[in-house]
Amino acid sequence: MMDRIAALGRLGFDIVATVGRAGYFLGGALAGVPKPAVGFPLLVRQLYSVGVLSLAIVVVSGLFIGMVLGLQGYTILSDYGSEAAVGQMIALTLVRELGPVVTALLFAGRAGSALTAEIGLMKATEQLSSMEMMGVDPLRRVIAPRLWAGFIAMPILAVIFSVVGIWGGMLVSVDWLGVFEGAFWGNMQSSVSFVDDVLNGVVKTVVFGFVCTWIAVFQGYDCVPTSAGISSATTKTVVYSSLAVLGLDFVLTAVMFGNF
Amino acid sequence: MAQRTTEIITGLFMIAGLAAVLVLALQVSGLSPKSAGDTYTLYANFNDVGGISPRGKVAMAGVKVGSVRSVTLDKETFQARVELAIDADVDNIPADSSAVIRTSGILGDQYIDISIGGDMESLNPGDSFYSTQSAMNLERLITNFASGK
Repeated sequence: MMDRIAALGRLGFDIVATVGRAGYFLGGALAGVPKPAVGFPLLVRQLYSVGVLSLAIVVVSGLFIGMVLGLQGYTILSDYGSEAAVGQMIALTLVRELGPVVTALLFAGRAGSALTAEIGLMKATEQLSSMEMMGVDPLRRVIAPRLWAGFIAMPILAVIFSVVGIWGGMLVSVDWLGVFEGAFWGNMQSSVSFVDDVLNGVVKTVVFGFVCTWIAVFQGYDCVPTSAGISSATTKTVVYSSLAVLGLDFVLTAVMFGNF
Repeated sequence: MAQRTTEIITGLFMIAGLAAVLVLALQVSGLSPKSAGDTYTLYANFNDVGGISPRGKVAMAGVKVGSVRSVTLDKETFQARVELAIDADVDNIPADSSAVIRTSGILGDQYIDISIGGDMESLNPGDSFYSTQSAMNLERLITNFASGK
């Protein structure tokens, strides 16, 4: 019995210690930005692998999600004879919710897991400690560019997702199902506000990008340097990121659109 | 891959993001650079504004000529006072025109429609509409009908 209580206490301390390490790690990585001449090429390479390589999955998912929204919205709204409102529905759903959330989930699965595995393997093969031996701070050289690349890439991916989704929704509802195009855009423009909807959506993506990249990079940096450790760190990245995104989404939505 | 190629592709990616924001701003939320500024203000008092809210449409013969800027309660008359921003180039609204709240479609948004009068004088900036017609309240209509009033 006492053993169990002690184990519970140890677990609690472990969790708090992990959070502390994560905060310390974030501070170190954010403060230790390399000099522009060294850091910029590193950042560009990471933007390429985190952002550009995630573009394909984001565009394809956005297209299909937009098309599904168009189909579903048309089916429901045509019962009430107001299928012209489908444009408004697609745009608001994508810009406020699905764009940021689905992109963040895809980002965690596509880019976050890769970051964790890469950094975890660097740790397991002692590349990080040999960098320290050479007097190169791995937080600066390896972590900071990846972290910043994630922060920058995620909002870009999410707005591309929304635009492609709206285009996909238009393809289905206007070109295939015959919603009048003027009403489609007109309803959308009269109900979507740039500041309230689009910019709030972008704020969400910035928060999600921050959280997802932080979790991914920290899990890699903090993993047990064995093959089993890397595999469990990669799993944790995807699970924690998804939970964090969905939980934070509720909080952010309540703050932004809750009217209290 | 060569650093140069990576840089170019990443640059294209960033530009695509910027273009996507522009599309969201101009095409999706209808934010047009020219719409700000050149408007003048008119007021209309309603007994019941229904679903009219700021940014709502103000139309004349179905054509959008402005937007609702604010909806406040006039504490003396207990009426709703709606501030309308009318496009500056529509400066010849006859003084005896009336503001009517209509609904676009059966479930659509409510908007303010300006019914044209016949007066030679036109409304000046800051004027109020002389006659208004409030939102049609379907529930009240049915209640009145059922109780035979």
